[in-house]
Amino acid sequence: MKVRVRVFAALREILGKEEVEVELPEGTTVDGLWTQLVADDERLAPFTKSINFALNHDFVGKEAELSPNDEVAFLPPVSGG
Amino acid sequence: MFEIVQDILDVRTLAQTVASESDGAIATFSGIVRGTNKGKKVLFLEYEAYPEMAVKMMQRIGDEVRATWGLESLRIQHRVGRLNVGETSVVIVVSSPHRDDSFAACQYAINRLKRIVPIWKKEVFEDGEVWVEGPVETVEVS
Repeated sequence: MKVRVRVFAALREILGKEEVEVELPEGTTVDGLWTQLVADDERLAPFTKSINFALNHDFVGKEAELSPNDEVAFLPPVSGG
Repeated sequence: MFEIVQDILDVRTLAQTVASESDGAIATFSGIVRGTNKGKKVLFLEYEAYPEMAVKMMQRIGDEVRATWGLESLRIQHRVGRLNVGETSVVIVVSSPHRDDSFAACQYAINRLKRIVPIWKKEVFEDGEVWVEGPVETVEVS
């Protein structure tokens, strides 16, 4: 299945793009996807302890399962205001 | 009205949109870019948002304010892009029949925004730049 991944702030700068489309097996969790991204680019590893996960514009826990065409986002601790 | 905008913010204009004959109070909050942070001179800030989710989370804050204080009038606008020192990054307005509720709701809204609305700022100094990270916590919003 295909899912859309969006990244922001420091994560966006590390990856050099705002979004990517990835092909994943059914049943992959947001944490599983993150682990895969970290394996592909170890510069992401320091963020593992601080990021929050969003699925289709809502915060979710790391065990949330992905469905085809979902939009996943990895969010560093927010600092608006 | 909950918006992520590129343009200059004007709290007075936004406050006028919530005025009504039944409300005796309008509370407003403006967030301003400080010229120093932790003793370092800040040249400017770069704000970035996840716009679709940021608007959704601001709407959620509006729902929470309605549930807690019964107020329908909360408005939030947050600016993104490059902001110079002294410029306004966020404006929040809310009106209520008496002042206590609008003060409380306005403070609640900015505190909540800083925790759940996906917006980030980068501080640019003379000798470098850094993405500011808020408190590390698991955000639970259902």
